[in-house]
Amino acid sequence: MKRIALFAAAAFATLPAHADRLPIPADAPPAFAAECGGCHIAFPPSLLTADDWRRVMASLDKHYGDNAALDDRTRRAIGDFLERSAGSGRRTEGANAGNGALPRLTISNWFRRKHDEVPAAAWKDKRIGSAANCAACHSRAEMGSYGERELRMPGGYLSER
Amino acid sequence: MKHLSLIALIAVSGAALAETPRQIGDAYAAAQGGGYRATAARGAEFFARKFNVSEKMPACSTCHTDSPAQAGRHAITGKTIKPLAPVANSERLSDPAKVEKWFTRNCKEVVGRECSAGEKADFVAFLAEVR
Repeated sequence: MKRIALFAAAAFATLPAHADRLPIPADAPPAFAAECGGCHIAFPPSLLTADDWRRVMASLDKHYGDNAALDDRTRRAIGDFLERSAGSGRRTEGANAGNGALPRLTISNWFRRKHDEVPAAAWKDKRIGSAANCAACHSRAEMGSYGERELRMPGGYLSER
Repeated sequence: MKHLSLIALIAVSGAALAETPRQIGDAYAAAQGGGYRATAARGAEFFARKFNVSEKMPACSTCHTDSPAQAGRHAITGKTIKPLAPVANSERLSDPAKVEKWFTRNCKEVVGRECSAGEKADFVAFLAEVR
């Protein structure tokens, strides 16, 4: 526990304020939560660049191993929103693995650094399932809140350390 | 008082928009034509069938478990999926557009083709009678 507190202190020292808040912009079309939030939480648009989102939205029928095809009108409404709310710089770097693979916000340098104290066993836990399952541990992820105090890890991985 | 009646009006019009599982199932049966009669037994067989088209999602039960009354888990993302059966989740089978959207998406992914209106009618009949 002491180690976590130390880590948290170190993280706060190097990150700007409000790093735990990734709110969904208020001008999101209703389809954003309904469609993008169907199989995973509606991810914060700021964690990928506009170019990344364009690529994601151009291949929804082959969406990370699933078919997430939308009608054209819905796809455009969501795509426009993602592009105008997209991020840039530090939080989006490293999200592209290359080889034509789709960008993943869960492999950016920022995401990895923020999760580097999560043990390997936690990522393999069935109750968590994948790095895209933010709400498995971040109890208020759907509200865009990722504070350390809101963490509820299913296996108690953090408190065991 | 005026305020109250307005609320009542909104509540009534909201209820008018929602449909029952029976209405949604009947619409699919009518679309199949030929006086199609849906059966829950065929829907149950469809739900349990292993299609083995998609590697990660070979069957409905991959994500939805063996019982539509239970919460499931998305095979790729791990996100919790609310139960499919209206008995466990009253939002299910109430919005025809939503029902059709998920049939379209999941039939293509799991079954490997679009489902027929008759298959959808059977599936709805099955979910509606799960207890």
